[in-house]
Amino acid sequence: MFGLEKKDAALLLIVAVVTLCAPILLNPFPAGSEMAQFNAGYPDLMQRFAIYGIFAIGFNILFGLTGYLSFGHAAFLGVGSYSAVWMFKLLSMNIIPGIILSVIVAGLFSLVIGFISLRRSGIYFSILTLAFAQMSYNLAYSVLTPITNGETGLQLSLNDPRVLDAARTTGSLPVTTLFGAEMRSATSVQFGVWEWQFSTGFYVSAVLMLLALYLAIRIFRSPFGIMLRAVKSNQNRMSYTGLNVRPYTLAAFVISGMYAGLAGGLLAAMDPLAGAERMQWTASGEVVIMTILGGAGTLLGPIIGAGFIKYFENIFSKINDNVLHDWFAFLPDGLNDFVVTVIAPFFGDGWNLTMGLMFMAVVIFLPGGLVDGARRIGRLFRRKPAGAKRPDAATKPAE
Amino acid sequence: MGILEVKGVNKRFGGLQALGNVNLSVAENTVHAIIGPNGAGKSTLLNVLVGKLIPDSGTVTFDGQSVLGRKPHEINQMGISRVFQTPEIFGDLTVMENVLIPCFAKRDGSFRLHAFEQVANESLIIETAEQMLIDVNMQDKRHMHAGNLSRGDKRRLEMAMCLVQQPRLLLLDEPTAGMARADTNNTIDLLKEIKAKRDITMAIIEHDMHVVFSLAERITVLAQGTPLVEDIPSRIKGHPKVQEAYLGTTAHA
Repeated sequence: MFGLEKKDAALLLIVAVVTLCAPILLNPFPAGSEMAQFNAGYPDLMQRFAIYGIFAIGFNILFGLTGYLSFGHAAFLGVGSYSAVWMFKLLSMNIIPGIILSVIVAGLFSLVIGFISLRRSGIYFSILTLAFAQMSYNLAYSVLTPITNGETGLQLSLNDPRVLDAARTTGSLPVTTLFGAEMRSATSVQFGVWEWQFSTGFYVSAVLMLLALYLAIRIFRSPFGIMLRAVKSNQNRMSYTGLNVRPYTLAAFVISGMYAGLAGGLLAAMDPLAGAERMQWTASGEVVIMTILGGAGTLLGPIIGAGFIKYFENIFSKINDNVLHDWFAFLPDGLNDFVVTVIAPFFGDGWNLTMGLMFMAVVIFLPGGLVDGARRIGRLFRRKPAGAKRPDAATKPAE
Repeated sequence: MGILEVKGVNKRFGGLQALGNVNLSVAENTVHAIIGPNGAGKSTLLNVLVGKLIPDSGTVTFDGQSVLGRKPHEINQMGISRVFQTPEIFGDLTVMENVLIPCFAKRDGSFRLHAFEQVANESLIIETAEQMLIDVNMQDKRHMHAGNLSRGDKRRLEMAMCLVQQPRLLLLDEPTAGMARADTNNTIDLLKEIKAKRDITMAIIEHDMHVVFSLAERITVLAQGTPLVEDIPSRIKGHPKVQEAYLGTTAHA
């Protein structure tokens, strides 16, 4: 199906079904119940799952396959966002031109940065990309204010030309659309005690994520994909086999930059503003953590990692002291206070701490990421003799 | 005129004359061994041949074209493959993928963005690679990770990776270094088999005289960066100059 092997087609199909049913699956707790705060099925967060999923899938093509660890991928995300917003300002609120431009601009940007950074490998490459990203961040923050609107961030305004939409101008700020369908529009459905929200924005992001995953699978299974894994494995042998290593790494870098641009464009399409902080090094680090947490070099890992981190960032961080006091209300007063004081740093604003501990645990005990963990559990249940399973190098987690 | 011609090559590392006026001609379809004691300049010469080092003076031509200043991948694309002292393979990939890569390199050149074609659909290339694995008797290990192979198998795989490209010249850098006698003999047999099956020129750099005399049709003896003699094996064995270079039996010893 779609030119994929059976196994990969099945994987894509499962992901497609899960993604398209996400508004239902992510809201397992009845609305208004105590546990409803753990529901992740609201459009804003689901969009983030999908968009950062795209970002991580793209990053994985570079890092997971070639082993080149870029610490500057947020720059391409930011460039994508700025391009998209400019398109909304100048041309049309339709997201298609904006997204196309963001992919192209991010591609060109990554071509330049990649061309220079890929002269080095290992830690030097990482530092170069980090330097370029920080440079972009600082430029966007100060020198390039005419283009980026500095610290305020680039926003829509009523005075924007919007050449194609001129006739439809009304008194209020326009919203992003896909041929008339507003991104922010959502249909709320009540089903028994549950409440589900189906939003246009999420489905646009989800379809693009599935497309991104499909392309990634094709790349993983292509001769080009084997070459990228060869880069990681042995560059010396590669050049003595008659292959020029540099264009392969550069192509991987540009492809992953374009994925980041797509994600950036989508972020802007869901919420038409772009700020410099999107390019900061913490944002670059986040995608690294997503990929490693989920499983670098695997097809599903980056998506799972992205979902995990975004869930923590948005849901776990809401568990504040009051909620904790509620949970431990069954304890006597003094003990309740004590327990809450002890565990509070790990919840709410302290979600980073829990995340960090989990990341450490995964790196130490599950070097293949969460996907590797799931695979190990699966193997435990199947109890197949170790040798019976054909080793499938393409989905083998990176070291 | 040989397929590989080295003329007047000099290479200096600081005060050390690693290669001094080296002339060498490797005739097509022969096995030519280059031997010499430690520090004779064998490895330097090999590195010049594969484009890793650029000599201070002199020319190296392969099939009439200069190889100097070309990058390793360009030299491979000219038809020169190299086997390393310690097998260089793609350890994280399967044996089959290891053989597929040189096939793609041969067909598609040094770079091609074939990102949307699927390996599984490349039946012609897969067939070639499979045949090669059968030739080196590794077909039952095709799904193994190359990094998990035994040393002897890694060597076989590396040779398969070189041969599948049907190179016109195969350079072997001490192919039996560090091997047990049995493995060495296997390698010799493998090379003999390869030679018998196809038209190929081999240049072997080797320490082990047993290997050299079982394989070579011509031998060049290097000492202190210059070729001492070049002849057929039977006449090299008892050559006084060779004895001198290896055993150092003359007055200055």
